[in-house]
Amino acid sequence: MDYKYFPHTEDDLKAMMEKVGVKRLDELYAQIPESIRFKGDYDIPRSASEMEVRQVFEKLGSENKQLTCFAGLGVYDHYTPSVIPSLLQRSEFLTSYTPYQAEISQGTLHYIFEYQSMMAELTGMDISNASMYDGTTACAEAMMMTVAAGKKVNKVLVSGCLNPNTFEVLKTYALHQGIELEVLPIRDGTTALDDVKARLAEGGCAGVIVQQPNVYGIIEDFTGFADACHEQKALFVIDSVAADLAVLKTPGEWGADIATGDGQSLGIPMQFGGPYVGYMCCTEKLIRKMPGRIVGMTKDNRDQRAFVLTLQAREQHIRRQKATSNICSNQSLMALFVTIYLSLMGKQGMKEAAQLSYAGAHYLCDELLKTGRFSLAFDKPFFNEFYVKYDGDAQTLYQRFIEAGILGGVLMEEGFLFAVTEKRTKEEIDNLVKIAAL
Amino acid sequence: MNNRLYGNLIFELSKEGRKGYSLPRNNYGDYKIPETYCRTEEAALPECDELTVVRHYTNLSNNNFGVDTGFYPLGSCTMKYNPKINEEMAALPQFQNLHPLQPEHTVLGAKALIILLEKSLCALTGLAHFTFKPYAGAHGELTGLMTIDNYHRSRGDLQRKKVIVPDSAHGTNPASAAVCGLEIIEVKSDAQGLVDLADLERLVELEGPNIAAMMMTNPNTLGLFETRIPEIAKLIHDCGGLMYYDGANLNPMLGACRPGDMGFDVMHINLHKTFSTPHGGGGPGSGPVGVREGLQECFPFVSPYQGNYAVMMRAYAYILSLGRDQIRNVGPLATLNANYIKASLKDVYELPIDTICCHEFVFDGLKDKSTGVTTMDVAKRLLDYGYHAPTIYFPLLFHESLMIEPTENESKETLDGFIAVMRRIAEEAKTNPDEVKSAPHTTPIGRVDDVLAAKHPITTFRQLQAES
Repeated sequence: MDYKYFPHTEDDLKAMMEKVGVKRLDELYAQIPESIRFKGDYDIPRSASEMEVRQVFEKLGSENKQLTCFAGLGVYDHYTPSVIPSLLQRSEFLTSYTPYQAEISQGTLHYIFEYQSMMAELTGMDISNASMYDGTTACAEAMMMTVAAGKKVNKVLVSGCLNPNTFEVLKTYALHQGIELEVLPIRDGTTALDDVKARLAEGGCAGVIVQQPNVYGIIEDFTGFADACHEQKALFVIDSVAADLAVLKTPGEWGADIATGDGQSLGIPMQFGGPYVGYMCCTEKLIRKMPGRIVGMTKDNRDQRAFVLTLQAREQHIRRQKATSNICSNQSLMALFVTIYLSLMGKQGMKEAAQLSYAGAHYLCDELLKTGRFSLAFDKPFFNEFYVKYDGDAQTLYQRFIEAGILGGVLMEEGFLFAVTEKRTKEEIDNLVKIAAL
Repeated sequence: MNNRLYGNLIFELSKEGRKGYSLPRNNYGDYKIPETYCRTEEAALPECDELTVVRHYTNLSNNNFGVDTGFYPLGSCTMKYNPKINEEMAALPQFQNLHPLQPEHTVLGAKALIILLEKSLCALTGLAHFTFKPYAGAHGELTGLMTIDNYHRSRGDLQRKKVIVPDSAHGTNPASAAVCGLEIIEVKSDAQGLVDLADLERLVELEGPNIAAMMMTNPNTLGLFETRIPEIAKLIHDCGGLMYYDGANLNPMLGACRPGDMGFDVMHINLHKTFSTPHGGGGPGSGPVGVREGLQECFPFVSPYQGNYAVMMRAYAYILSLGRDQIRNVGPLATLNANYIKASLKDVYELPIDTICCHEFVFDGLKDKSTGVTTMDVAKRLLDYGYHAPTIYFPLLFHESLMIEPTENESKETLDGFIAVMRRIAEEAKTNPDEVKSAPHTTPIGRVDDVLAAKHPITTFRQLQAES
């Protein structure tokens, strides 16, 4: 075969077909009814050389506009240390499968154990699974977990301040699972304990889901939420942007039973929506209700410390329709990504980066307010993302930002949701403010 | 791959005061996160310098086996070569720096690529539309089933909640159906390993108005083509159900037969199998779902943006590289490789169904069962010889299943080497069974104690420290 990915020579083909007992490759498909055999030509281009493939991608790439990013809403433009892409291309990691054969997969199993340990540290929870697809689906799995852990209850309360993307995904899963979602009202940009208590008192609730920082970037006060949930035998779920937890009060400290969210903020490029990585952590009590892979420590027959996939009786390949979830392969390589990120940044770097993002966002906010054309939508503490109202035509200003090479946040009903990370410079912020003040 | 265990955890290399990062100076003035919002206990993350981190993960990688390391005949997983050019294309900054909420006119190239990929997948499968939202194969299954459920709901056909699945199906099929709120009914396999048509007729007779769909792979998990697929599709369609194609086994169909032409209405594709994107130790994958015209209205919102976009870029680079003239050789060569191994080993390994297979086939352990050497032992012994093990104990139809899938990228020399080792292991099972039963011997670690791990789970470094 005359192609770089096919090693078969004419002689090989002949010898192999002889062994198999066919004369033409075609005969291998003799069992397929003629009526459904594909005999035409696929309607795709002819094979392309590596140089031509490159040209196609470069041309497509040139049709994208590179913007300085002040947008967030769950996806943030953080810096990727150069160590990570280089290590991620180690093909022993990249080209392996799920570590079913522990003896030749200790590399994967070790980093997953490290990942679980680091996510448990970040969230302040006991246990982490070995990753979910993204933050939105992780939250949906948490929603199903609250119902599965409850006793004949199928209502889940959701904060009105949840990212709308997450909410849409929850709605999809809830529809098919027969879960009743009830949205808690927004009170001055936050979720109110009184509302939670009142709805819980009506009974039938399996869980309460809130977000920290919430969709407006506001740092909410969840004092009393966990107790209110537990009094009514409901589970308390907090969904967070992973990087923010390096400094913020953790889901564990708020008394959450399950912590979910997206790990994209841990240096993963935005890459137009994915791949990212979802995380899910929980209390020790819930470990057997948790979906997804979990790696545990054990020993081998040479008395060495080793790691292995464990508690597999929860999973689809053993339990089939009775599994805790249908998730199997997820985002292992992206879990490696964030593990290396957290190893490099460490205790100190995570705090410093968070401090930079916080300072940048507050500086931008102050500068925007000074122009006299913006006002904070809610007078509440925020982290690195905030919602400002604009007194002019937001759509026009948004376009003006784009023309200046800036992705000026996310357009909201009455203004903008701006996000700032450690990657933004003071010059970039000043430039945005200059355009906004025009 | 290094056969000595490296074994360290990054936490054990940590030393207070070391750092592996550099950040720009803070010149915003005095903005401090107020204490009241801050965590009281610090996250015990490691503190390491950059070289320590680089060496640690490099050493870990040396205890891992990938497709680039050697032959990986893992059945049902299609461990094909992951071309390097694809990696480079997916990392292009013109795509990597795009925020998913950028306005349409600033992402024209990125959007165009999605349309080009969709058109290609339509051409290759015979379906009309694809959604790229699903992040993985199982997520694709769920999305496909939700699409079907939405379709029946939209027609007021609310009682259709049953899904027929062959008893040989992948475990994700029933699990996905359950997450979708649907109920599974199993249809039996016949002596040839194919769907038992009489049993299917019985089920359709019994459950007709309640059937939402039939879900199957073709070729099935035994690697056998379901030759009566037109009749099966007709039976299901006539009772008002839809046909779902699990794309896990699509690879051998490239150049042979399209799911759309077989009569399927909905399918998912594992881009990380058939379209060469790397498995990454268990993800990220991509599981686009394709449908017949009209059903695209029923696609659910299962993720916010366009799924795992960078994975899709790799798949498109692969399709462009092979093009229509080479992609048609993928199926036949994968099929030839599988049949060649099967024909070369069936005298020493038990082959329950001796017909031409597609991309994979299943042995029921060694032919000579008197030695006490099991499929697990054979699999572990293969590791000693530098091969990844096949899929074992699946499908559940046989006690000693050993499921072998070579891909089209493997040379005759590679297959001959594997065949020779498989024969040698069969010989060892007779002459030195203990050597096989205690395998592996040359890997970084020996067999692990699964029971210990599950009985008292230690899953974080914090727990590990508390225990020791």
